[in-house]
Amino acid sequence: MTEGASSQRGARLGEWLFLYGLSILAALVLSALLVESTGGAWRSVVSALIDGSLRKPARWGETLGTAAPILLVAVGTIVSGRAGLINIGQEGQLLVGAAFATYFGFLIGGPGPFNVVVILFFGVVGGALWAGVAALLKFWRNVPEVLSTLLLVTVGGQLVAYGLSQSWLLLAPLADRGNRNQVSSQLADDNRLPRPEIFGNEISFAVILAVVAAVLVSILLSRTVWGFRLRMLGRNPRAAQRSGVAQTRYGATALMLSGGFAGLAGAAMLAGGGFAFGNYQLVPGFATNIGWTGLLVALVAREKALVAIPVAFIFACLRTGSSFVGATGVEGRITDVIQGFLVLALLVPPAVMFLRDRRRSRAAATDRA
Amino acid sequence: MSGFFEAVIDIFTSESTYINGALFAGFLAFAASGELVAERAGTINISVEGMLLGGAFTSAVGYHLTGSTIAAMAAGVLGGVIVAGVQAEMSHRLSADQFVVGLTLNILVFGLAGFLDNELEPDTELASRWEVPVLSDIPLLGQALFGQRWPFYLLYLLVPFTWWVLYRTRWGLELRSVGENPQSADVSGIDVNRRRRQSIYYAGLTSGLGGWFLIFGQIGLFEDSVVGGRGFIAIAAVIFGGWTLRGTIAGCVIFAGALSFRLSVQGLGYEVNSELLQSLPFIVTLAGMAVFAHRVRPPAALAQPFVRGLK
Repeated sequence: MTEGASSQRGARLGEWLFLYGLSILAALVLSALLVESTGGAWRSVVSALIDGSLRKPARWGETLGTAAPILLVAVGTIVSGRAGLINIGQEGQLLVGAAFATYFGFLIGGPGPFNVVVILFFGVVGGALWAGVAALLKFWRNVPEVLSTLLLVTVGGQLVAYGLSQSWLLLAPLADRGNRNQVSSQLADDNRLPRPEIFGNEISFAVILAVVAAVLVSILLSRTVWGFRLRMLGRNPRAAQRSGVAQTRYGATALMLSGGFAGLAGAAMLAGGGFAFGNYQLVPGFATNIGWTGLLVALVAREKALVAIPVAFIFACLRTGSSFVGATGVEGRITDVIQGFLVLALLVPPAVMFLRDRRRSRAAATDRA
Repeated sequence: MSGFFEAVIDIFTSESTYINGALFAGFLAFAASGELVAERAGTINISVEGMLLGGAFTSAVGYHLTGSTIAAMAAGVLGGVIVAGVQAEMSHRLSADQFVVGLTLNILVFGLAGFLDNELEPDTELASRWEVPVLSDIPLLGQALFGQRWPFYLLYLLVPFTWWVLYRTRWGLELRSVGENPQSADVSGIDVNRRRRQSIYYAGLTSGLGGWFLIFGQIGLFEDSVVGGRGFIAIAAVIFGGWTLRGTIAGCVIFAGALSFRLSVQGLGYEVNSELLQSLPFIVTLAGMAVFAHRVRPPAALAQPFVRGLK
C-alpha cells in the first residue's frame, strides 16, 4: 500500500517536472525564434545574458542588489494575494514610497544610521498609504482593487513627477542639481545603506533585508493565527466572516502591508541601490519596472514567500543581463519578451495539473458510485 | 477667480475640446464595448490594454506592408484576437487565474511591441477625413461627431451591433446567463467556458479595431506608449456604467471629457502644472468609480472561474 502511494507520488513528481520542463523549453524556443527571425543569434544573446548577470566582474553583486527590491515587492504581493486581494499597483506604491523616503529623509535629516532607518520607515509609510487609498476605495466605496491599484500607478507617477518639479517638495536646490531638472538631492554618504564588498562584488545591505522579510512573512503566513485568518479570508471570505475575521480590517491591513513592502523596496532602492537605481537620488521613472517585475515574481512563485527568493534572483539576472544584450546587436528589450513568455509558460503546468486532478477525482467518485 | 471661469467658458466653447473629446471617447468606446461583453460573461478582462496595443501595432505593420488602411484594419483585428486567444484559452480552458494571465499578457505585449517596433519601424499615415454634409456644420458638435477621419464612423455601427448581440440574440442571452449563474447555465446545456472564451474573442475584436482607430483615426504613428493605460480607463467605464451599454458609453464620454479638458487647457495657453493635469483623467476615473461603483450590481459571477462540479 505504502509502496503504491510512494510510486504514485513519484509519478506525480515526474509529471510536474515534465510539464514544467516542457513549458519552459517552449518559452525559450519561442524567444530564440524571435531573436533569430529579427537577425540576431540566440547563442550570443544567452552568453551576453550570463556575462551581464553573473560572469563579468562585479556583476553578480549587481544582480543580487537588483533582486532585493524585486523580492521585497514580491513578498508584499504574497501577503495581499493570500488574503484574496489582487494588488497590481506595486509600481506606483514603490515610487510613492521612495518619494516619501526622500522627502522625510531630507526633512528630518538626523544623524547617519538613524536617518537610514527614518528613510526606510517612511518608504513603508508612503507605500502603505498609497495602497491604503485603494483599500479605502474598496471597503468604503466598493471599487474593485484590481482597477484602483492600477489607476493609482499612473496617478502616483504624475504626482511624484509634480513633486520633483517643485523645490518645496522634492526638487533639489539649484546648487545640487546643476542644470538637471526634476531630480532630488543626493543622499549623503552616511544616509545610505552599507554595501560591504565580498569577492570584488558590492553587496547591498538590502539583500539581507529582503531575504529576512521573505522568511519572516513565510513564517507569519504559515505559522501564526493572523496568517491563518488571512488565508481563510482568501480561500473563503464567507466562512472567514462567520468565524469572526472582519474582511474590512484584515483585508485593508493586508493591502496596506503589501503596499508597505513595495514602499520599502522603493526606499531600499533609494538608499542602497547604487548606480542601478538613480544613484541615491529620486528621478522621474525611478521605479523602472521593479514593481511590475516583483509582481510577476510573486505570481510565478505561486504565493510562496520562500520560493520567491530564487525566482526573484532569476528575474534579476534577466534584468542585469539585458544591459549586455545590446552589444550583440539585438534590442535589449528582448529580455522583457523572454520574461513575459516565461511567466505565461509557468502558468500552464499548475493549471493543467489542477484540471487533471479534478478529472481523476471525479472519475474516482463515479467509480465508487 | 474670474480668470478661472473665463477659462472654463473658453474651454467649453472651443470646438477643439469637442473634437478631441470625441476622439478619446471613440477610442475608449471601441475597447469598452468589447470589455462590456466580456464582463457580462464573467471576466474582468485586464488584458484589454494589451489587446489595444497589440491591435495598434499589428495594424501599423499591416499598413506598412500593404499600404492599405482596410488591410491594416484586418491586421489590427487579428492582433487583438491573438492576444484575446491567449487570454481566453489560458483563463477559460486551462482555468489559470484571469488577472494573472491578463497582467502577464499586458507586460508581454508591451515588451513585444516595443521590441518589434524598434526592429521594424513601421510607417503609417492617417486615414482621410470624411465630412458628413449638413450634419458636420452643426455648431460645436458637428465637426466632433461628423467631421472625423473615417475609422471613427465604424463606431456608429459597432455600438448598436454590440447592443443587438448582447440583448437581442440567443448567444447574448446565454452569454449573460453565464456571467450571472454559471452553474444553472451549465445544467441547462450551455458550455460556460466556451461562451466566456467567445466573449473574450469579441473583446479582442473590438479592441483590435480600437487600436487600429487609434493609429489611423487619431494619432498617425505607432509608439509603445500610444495606449498608455487607457485600456484600464475603458474597464473603469464599464464598471462606472453599471455593466450596461448605455452607462458604459456615458462613462467613456465623461472620462474622455477629462482627457480632452487636459489638452484644451494647455492648447488655449492656460498655465497649469502639466504633471497634475496629466493625472486628471485617472483621478476623475477613480472619483467616478468611488461615487457610482457601490450603486450598481455587477454580474453575479464576475471574476469567478468556472470548473464543473466545483463551487
